[in-house]
Amino acid sequence: MGAEYTDHRLAIVGAGVMGTNIAALALGHGVPVVLVDVDKAVLSQARGIVRQKLRHAQLMGALPGRPYGQLVTSVSLDDVADATAVIEAVTELPETKAKVLAGISAAVRPGTLLISNTSCIPIDELACSVPRPDELAGVHFMNPSYLIKPVEVIRGPRTGERTMEAVAELLECLGRQWLVVRDRAGFVINRLLHPLINTAAMVVEEGTATADTVDGLLEGCLGHSTGPLRTADLIGLDNLVDSLNVLYEQTGEASCLPCGLLLEKVRAGDLGRKSGRGFYDYGKVAS
Amino acid sequence: MTAEYVSTVAPETAEAVESALTDFLAEKTNTLVEPGQDLFASGLVSSMFAMQLVVHLEESYDIAVLGPELNLDNFRTVQAMARLVIRLRTGSDEASDS
Repeated sequence: MGAEYTDHRLAIVGAGVMGTNIAALALGHGVPVVLVDVDKAVLSQARGIVRQKLRHAQLMGALPGRPYGQLVTSVSLDDVADATAVIEAVTELPETKAKVLAGISAAVRPGTLLISNTSCIPIDELACSVPRPDELAGVHFMNPSYLIKPVEVIRGPRTGERTMEAVAELLECLGRQWLVVRDRAGFVINRLLHPLINTAAMVVEEGTATADTVDGLLEGCLGHSTGPLRTADLIGLDNLVDSLNVLYEQTGEASCLPCGLLLEKVRAGDLGRKSGRGFYDYGKVAS
Repeated sequence: MTAEYVSTVAPETAEAVESALTDFLAEKTNTLVEPGQDLFASGLVSSMFAMQLVVHLEESYDIAVLGPELNLDNFRTVQAMARLVIRLRTGSDEASDS
């Protein structure tokens, strides 16, 4: 892998919110992408979503003006074999991620950079499922990945020096800025953000204030660019509950136990922006 | 998502587009904006809502915003958006630059 953007070939496994975000980021920076998912219908929908995200990135002037990379979609993990780096962005369930990472590492050549975009699961725990744990690092892209430049990089205790260099080369090519943190559940951002969102949902559940008021106070008084509940809708409430469950299992802290209102919304299919409704109804309000 | 805003009679003038857009923004943001008001500088429109505006214009006026037209400056004010709509629908820029 070299420093030129044409030297990179990215594979992304998982075509959900983050998979399509990262795909748009890479394609817009001229890097070809193989996007893999188990579901053909999800992949077909993902093509349209990625196209729209690329338009969004262009609208906001967030792309460097390189020719777009080519997007290939596939339902076979074998198609990640030629990638210079593979990013795992599947559901935030430890056993699912472990299974997918094992499949990826069986398909790629030794020396291929392996990245997990996990929200909360310690990298070293995921490293147990791959034969070359030194080749795995965590990169926590923000949402939308093509607009927010900073990312959180997680170095596991077994992550190798060469892997960290490869992460830096890839992120440089994608125009990202990064800060490296140590490997603990939730790392830095979600260790702080997820309990905050959960508590904000509890505040609404208890009737202290509406979602709009909670977000308005956090935005207006504390300078958050997006309030915690609007952020929750952007993340996806199902993903948030999965991540909170991981955090609760790992830390035992009550603030990480998903509150009733969050669980109720997920049960009702109100998953946030991606389903059209969460704490807000996106058919009615500016999003 | 924005079907209720689709015009049955296509507005022919920049003024009509401006008026429809002002109504749309009032509905979505609970704010009455001036035609020349910078929607981004005032914080009224987020980066996410900017894309929603693009899709709204495309669906409402049967236009496609492509290439260099997909530029934030075309969506910065109600006037700029109306000019874009007229330009893409008729190939001319009817609205003034006031």
